[in-house]
Amino acid sequence: MFLQQLINALTIGSLYALTAMGATLIYGILGILDIANAGAYLVGAYLGWYIYYGTGSIVLAFLLSMLAVGLLGILLQRAVYSPILAKPHTLSIIPLVAAVGLFTMSSDAVRLICGPNSKAYNLKFPVETLRVGNVVILPAWLMIFALTAVLLVILWFILNKTKLGLAWRATAGDAEIARVCGVNTDTAMALSYILGYGFAAAAGIMTGILYNSITPALGEVPSYKMLAIIVLGGLGNPMGTVVAGLIIGIAEVFLSVYTAIPIPKDAIAFVVLIIMLLVKPDGIMSRKNKV
Amino acid sequence: MSSAYLYSILATATIFTLLALALNIITGYAGQAMMGIAAFFGIGAYTAAIITTNGGNFLLALLAGMLVSGIFGAVLGVISLRLQADFLAITTIGINFVMVALFNRLKITGGTLGLTIKKPVLFGVKMNNTYFFYMTVILIVVLCLLLGKMRRSWFGMALASINNDPGAARSFGINVSRYQILAFTIGTAVAGLAGGVYAHRMGFISSSDFAFVVSIQAVSMVVIGGLGTLRGPIFGALLITSLPEILRFADDYRELVYGLLLVLMVRFMPEGLIGDDSPVWSALMKLWRKFVPKKKTRADLIAESVEGGR
Repeated sequence: MFLQQLINALTIGSLYALTAMGATLIYGILGILDIANAGAYLVGAYLGWYIYYGTGSIVLAFLLSMLAVGLLGILLQRAVYSPILAKPHTLSIIPLVAAVGLFTMSSDAVRLICGPNSKAYNLKFPVETLRVGNVVILPAWLMIFALTAVLLVILWFILNKTKLGLAWRATAGDAEIARVCGVNTDTAMALSYILGYGFAAAAGIMTGILYNSITPALGEVPSYKMLAIIVLGGLGNPMGTVVAGLIIGIAEVFLSVYTAIPIPKDAIAFVVLIIMLLVKPDGIMSRKNKV
Repeated sequence: MSSAYLYSILATATIFTLLALALNIITGYAGQAMMGIAAFFGIGAYTAAIITTNGGNFLLALLAGMLVSGIFGAVLGVISLRLQADFLAITTIGINFVMVALFNRLKITGGTLGLTIKKPVLFGVKMNNTYFFYMTVILIVVLCLLLGKMRRSWFGMALASINNDPGAARSFGINVSRYQILAFTIGTAVAGLAGGVYAHRMGFISSSDFAFVVSIQAVSMVVIGGLGTLRGPIFGALLITSLPEILRFADDYRELVYGLLLVLMVRFMPEGLIGDDSPVWSALMKLWRKFVPKKKTRADLIAESVEGGR
C-alpha cells in the first residue's frame, strides 16, 4: 500500500515538476511570474488531442504540440512580455497582471473554439498493466516517468553542455553583465519561452492521458499550484523545481491518504509553501546552487 | 432599465470601489504586491454575517468585520517584512486559496452551503439595494477624504518614500516596518468593511464569492484605473463592474474580452487609463487648465519674482 502510494505520488510529482519547469525557466531570465504557462499547458493538451485524432500518432502529437506552443511562447514574449519589461514600472505585479490576462484569454478561447465539454484521449498502450506483488503500475505512469526523465535530461544537457545554455545561465545570473560581455540575452529569453511553453504543453498532454479527460478548466489548478512549486524550488532554479514538484506530489498524496487534515488536496501546496517561507524565506534551494 | 436593476448594479459597483480603494492602500500607496485581497474581503464578510445572523447589530457587525480583517492583515504585514515582492505576491495568492478552502470546510462559515443573511434594518428602515448604494457612497466619500488627508500627512509621505525606495527611506530614519504593517492593517480593514457590506447586500455568501478571481478583479480595477491615485481605482472599479452590462451583447466572449483588455492595458498603458502620466489624464488636465487657469502658489510667486529680478 505504501509503495503503491509512493509510486502514485512520484507520478503526480514529476508531472508537477514538468508543468512548473516553464515558469521556472521564464522566472530565471525575465523575473516574471508567468501564470500564462498554465495556458500553454491547456492549449498544448488540446492541440495534442487534435493532432492525435488527426494523425493517429501520439509521438507526432507530442512533438508538434510542443513545437507549436513553444513558438507561441516566443511570439508572446516578443509581443507582450519584453515590451512591458522594457518600460520602467515600479511594481512587480504589472507583468503578472498581463500573464493573468493571457491565461484568462487562453482558457476562454479554448472553451469557445473547442467547446465546454471534456474530451478523452483514449490512448491504447502497447504494454499491459504491470503487477509486482500487490503493486500496480499503469503504463501511463511509466510513460510519464520516462518522458519526464528524457525531457529533464535534455534540459540539463542544453543548460549545461551547450553554448545556448551558457548564455541562459549567464543571463539568469545577471542580464546586464551578460549583455556587456556579448551574450545575446534575447536568445536566452527565446530559449526560456520555447522550452518552458513546450514543456508545459507536454505536461498538458500527459495529464490528459493520465486522467483521460481534458476540459477548458484544465489549466486552473496548475496556474496557481505552479507558483507554489517554483517558489519552493527557489524561484528560477530548475533543479530545485524538480525537487519541489516531487515534494508537493508526495505531500498531497500522503497527507490526503494518511491524515484527516481539513484542507482540500489542491491547497496543500500553499500550506507547505507558507510554512516553508516563514521558516526559510529564500526557498528550499537558494539561487546560488543552480543546476 | 428599471431603477431597481440600476441600483443593484450601482450597489455592486460601489462595494467593489471600496474594495479597489482598500487594495490601492496596500499596493498603490505602500507598493506591496497584494494578490489575495479577496481573502480579507471574505474574512470581513463572514465575520459580519456570523454576528448579524446571531442577532448582532448591523453597524457593530461591520465594525467587527473591519477589526478582524485588519488583525489578520496586520499579521500578514508582519510576514511581508520577511518577503521580497515576488514571494509576497505568491504568498498572498496562497493565503487566498487557503482561506477559500477554510470558508468551504469550516462549520461556522456554513461550509459548502454558505450563509444566508437576513437584510439588516438600519434606523428603522429595511435596507435594500438603493440604501446599500447610498450607504456605500457615503463610506467611499469618507474614505476618500481620510485618504486625501493621509497622503498629505507624515504617514502618507513616509509610505510614498517607502514605495519609491525602501532602502533610502530607511536611511532617512523612517520606520519602514511600522508603516508597512500599518498600510496592510488599514487596507485589509477597509477590505473587511467592504466584505461586511457585500454580505448583507447579497443576503447570501459562499466561499466562491471570495475566490482568487475576485482578487484578480480587484487588481485589474486598480491597474486599469491607475495605481496609487484616488480617482484611478474608483474609475477602474466602476468600469469593470459595468463591463458585463456593456458587453451584454457579447456575453459569451466576456472573459476573452476581459483578458484581452488586461493584456492591452498593461502592454500599452501600464500607468492606467487615468493614472498620473497617462496620455488620457495628461490631455484631460491640459483641457482643464485651458478653462481654469492654475492658481499661483507661493512657490510660483517666488519663482516669478526671482526671474523678474534678474
